[in-house]
Amino acid sequence: MDLIRKIELEQMRLDVPKFKAGDTVKVFLRILEGEKERIQVFQGAVLRLRKGGANSTFTVRKVSDGVGVERIFPIHSPFIERVEVVSEGKVRRSRLYYLRKLKGKASRIKIKNQWDN
Amino acid sequence: MARTMGILGRKLGMTRIFGDDGAIVPVTVIQAGPCPVIAVRKTDTDGYEALQLGFDEIPERKLNKPSKGHQSKAGRGCYRVLREIRLDAPSELAPGQDVTVDIFAVGDQVKVTGTSIGKGFQGVMKRWNFSGLNKTHGAEKVHRSGGSIGHNTEPGKVMKNKKMAGHMGARRVTVINLDIVDVRPEDNLILVRGQIPGAANSVVMIRKQK
Repeated sequence: MDLIRKIELEQMRLDVPKFKAGDTVKVFLRILEGEKERIQVFQGAVLRLRKGGANSTFTVRKVSDGVGVERIFPIHSPFIERVEVVSEGKVRRSRLYYLRKLKGKASRIKIKNQWDN
Repeated sequence: MARTMGILGRKLGMTRIFGDDGAIVPVTVIQAGPCPVIAVRKTDTDGYEALQLGFDEIPERKLNKPSKGHQSKAGRGCYRVLREIRLDAPSELAPGQDVTVDIFAVGDQVKVTGTSIGKGFQGVMKRWNFSGLNKTHGAEKVHRSGGSIGHNTEPGKVMKNKKMAGHMGARRVTVINLDIVDVRPEDNLILVRGQIPGAANSVVMIRKQK
């Protein structure tokens, strides 16, 4: 198993910031259009982090024009230019699937204050 | 089919890596070789061309006398697994020389032979993908049965090769046209795209496609 772990370590990126479910993040995505490359930003709340070495993923949810949009990103994918943590959220669970049923004011996540720790 | 050069290896397991274009590629990691040539089969003496390779070194005390005598001729220690790789043309390798993962290159296509995971005695639904019988409408005790297995007085027998319940898995399986994603001679590793037969740590034979 060690050799597989070694291969996975090579695949992992070390520049990914730490974030948790409930945090609001900006994901800067590399988009290839023909020859050109541009950056697209996807901003939303992290619903879940799926841990698994190089195979780790995270789900980001945002509401765009009243329609909920969720995207799952591999954390170590080369398509991600960088991830920026906008704010840390104060939540009590690690899987925020309940947000899918909430709308408007109810779907807000409390922001974690610096002095809460 | 062309008989091509191959090597013996151990399936370590699966993972996924990012390809050149950034897309995720599922790979099976195989630790292969280095396999010493234990014996060479020649058309003159044996009627066919082949290399006998050894894999998985073990202490001498684990072998019985006949196999010890056979393996000592190559002078490369004792091996648990001996397999012959059939070839079309005589090989220039002599007993005692090594076959390593260097015979493969990234982009090559290979076929991998192994023993599939044993499933034990299985019913027709799992073994042959039958649909089974009704869950309701009065069906009783036969929900996963195959139904009728034949006809009437004529022909008065069950046809040969009728698909029925029985032992499944644990047989020799070859998967062809697998792409080699990476070769790492420093760890004797081969990364093959997709799945190969067998459980982790089982011995597999990797041969070139052409």
